[in-house]
Amino acid sequence: MAETERVGEVIEASTAGFTAQCYELYQLPPLGNLVKTGDSVAELYGIVCNAATTSLEPGRRPIARGRDEDSEEAIYQSSPQLAKLLRSEFGVLVVGHKEGDKLYQHLPPRPARIHGFVYQCSPGEVKDFGKSFDFLNIILNAHLPVPAEELVAASLRLMSQAHDDRRAFLVAAGKELAVLLSGDLNRLNAILGGLSYD
Amino acid sequence: MTERLGIVVSGSLNKGVEVRLDSSTSIEDMAVGRFVTIEGEKRRFFGMITDVSLGVTDQALTVIPPDVSDPFIAEVLAGTSTFGTLHVSPSLVIGGDADTILEGPQPVKTIPGHFSAVKLATQEDVELVFGTEDEKRFFIGNPLDMEVKLCLNLEELVKRSNGIFGKSGTGKTFLTRILLIGMLQKSRAVNLVFDMHNEYGWAGTREGGPPVKALKQLFPSRVAVFTLDEENARHRGVSTDGVVKIGYDEIEPEDITLLRQTLNLTDLAVEAVYQLYRKFGRSWIQDTLDLKVDQGLPEGLSVHEGTLLNLQRGLATVRRLPFIEPHSPANAVKAIMEHLDRGTNVVLEFGRYRDITAYILVANMLSRRIYAHYQSRVEKADAAGNENMRPQPLVITIEEAHKFLNPEVAGQTIFGTIAREMRKYNVTLLVIDQRPSGIDSEVMSQMGTKVTCLLDNDRDIDSVLAGVSGRNELKSVLAKLAAKQQALIFGHAVPMPVAFQPREYGSAQSYRDFAPPKDAEKDIEKLWD
Repeated sequence: MAETERVGEVIEASTAGFTAQCYELYQLPPLGNLVKTGDSVAELYGIVCNAATTSLEPGRRPIARGRDEDSEEAIYQSSPQLAKLLRSEFGVLVVGHKEGDKLYQHLPPRPARIHGFVYQCSPGEVKDFGKSFDFLNIILNAHLPVPAEELVAASLRLMSQAHDDRRAFLVAAGKELAVLLSGDLNRLNAILGGLSYD
Repeated sequence: MTERLGIVVSGSLNKGVEVRLDSSTSIEDMAVGRFVTIEGEKRRFFGMITDVSLGVTDQALTVIPPDVSDPFIAEVLAGTSTFGTLHVSPSLVIGGDADTILEGPQPVKTIPGHFSAVKLATQEDVELVFGTEDEKRFFIGNPLDMEVKLCLNLEELVKRSNGIFGKSGTGKTFLTRILLIGMLQKSRAVNLVFDMHNEYGWAGTREGGPPVKALKQLFPSRVAVFTLDEENARHRGVSTDGVVKIGYDEIEPEDITLLRQTLNLTDLAVEAVYQLYRKFGRSWIQDTLDLKVDQGLPEGLSVHEGTLLNLQRGLATVRRLPFIEPHSPANAVKAIMEHLDRGTNVVLEFGRYRDITAYILVANMLSRRIYAHYQSRVEKADAAGNENMRPQPLVITIEEAHKFLNPEVAGQTIFGTIAREMRKYNVTLLVIDQRPSGIDSEVMSQMGTKVTCLLDNDRDIDSVLAGVSGRNELKSVLAKLAAKQQALIFGHAVPMPVAFQPREYGSAQSYRDFAPPKDAEKDIEKLWD
């Protein structure tokens, strides 16, 4: 099994999603990225649906420090404690799970575990996951901090990179969306508009 | 194995089924008149595409169309939010039923279930439905957009009267030649053709090309050509087997009745004809023309002066016909009957005499007498209980049929009688016409099989399709036929209506294809000129 990149650690988890914290500030996976967590018994797959860098203590909001600095990096150099006071975390929407060898694109029986490691999915895994488009329905109907259309477009853009024929994959995904959103043309158009890649 | 076109989504037995096309099927590849098969749960259905339409999942797409200059969006929406629909009329069940295995394709009594797969018909499917070439079946052409040979059951065809219709220039004459050859080769029937435009005997015309060979050139031993115009036949280099001349004394009142419209006779004039015939006997025409109005009429005749003048004018027109003589030397009917009895087909050419009066008079006269012969022979055969005494089944081919079979005269002419009596005396008709709305509807309903090329007059289309089941769907197929080389055939001789392209006629290869195998070597030398 290849060593896949670890991108964070679970700090909150429920059936529909989990939140993970990055080990380094700003080393966030991109919006729409496919990530996974869990062990060989039950692996959960999810799409990064939100990312934020906030103060560790909820009551203590960051204050501006750059008045006398020349650049943004200089602020961090002058205040090294910032790395300890801020944290970067990202939210993940669970869209599938793997039991043994079989991949399912519906909600898992049990949520992720706290302190579980979150890994970047390999291109092979992304390609395998993209063989079915059932996960799109989960995204479109979920309660999300960002508009669902943005998330769908972002995740498909990223997923297409794992395929040799990117256009064919996007057309197939587009057709699936046309069926799912047959009653809501505006949403469909918003997503299709975001599916270009150059 | 053909690809699936789409699936059945709705419909009924009466109105046909709607098929939603798969996104991979291009709607522009679908054409009205093509055959498809439907794989139901238990049965396979065979039918024809009768309409093609567009659909959208959301009406907003028709009001605010998407930006299709972007090929990505166009490709995504094709087949998903926008899709094509076919209207299919299933006509036959061709598999899955116990009856179809034993007896062949059966008419439909039910329809396929939801989401049954629909495919283009294959060659095997068409051959299963229409049969292949054999002793009874004749290759007439190809179903639209298919290579498979469409075969017509000639034995069934000649059991009833039939019609060939179409606007002028659509290819009726070529189709008629093909059918006549079919009857010649594959049925026991013998043909008598009244050839108004000299197209069926020796050679026929072809738009933009050299003349085509006609029946006698292709089957010299089985066709006899008679002519009304000996001189014209000589000029054209046509070898004839007899010249037909008509004597005044052969013309009877019923012959004049049919000419009422063309000779502009009043109703009273027509009634007077019977009176005059009773009075003067066989020489009535000469005697009537000799009557001088101002000299008073002979005993027993009460004819109004104006009526007599009207009649005399009409009779003078008849007398002026070049092939009419006071007394005819030979008995044309007898000569023709001898050929027919031998199984030789007879084509009567009219040469220069293409006047409609001539055509109606001669066709009616000869047919009346031949029919009378047939009637008496059949009755004698029945009385003797001897099938072998029955004469050969006869098919009489007439053009401009609406002149003979319009509602006014259909009840009185021999052609109306033949059409109504079906095959009682072994005589049927093959009528050719470009104005079928002029033909009496009862006669039309008696026709077993109809072949029609493009018609553009609504009344003509309605009269041809009257009483045919699925007529609304056939109407759209008929209206979309190409102006040339496409026809629709339906009725007794085919299991279901089919739009087809008639087989080629006019090239050396086509002549070779018509010649029967054993005559092929002899005819090939002749055909190579």
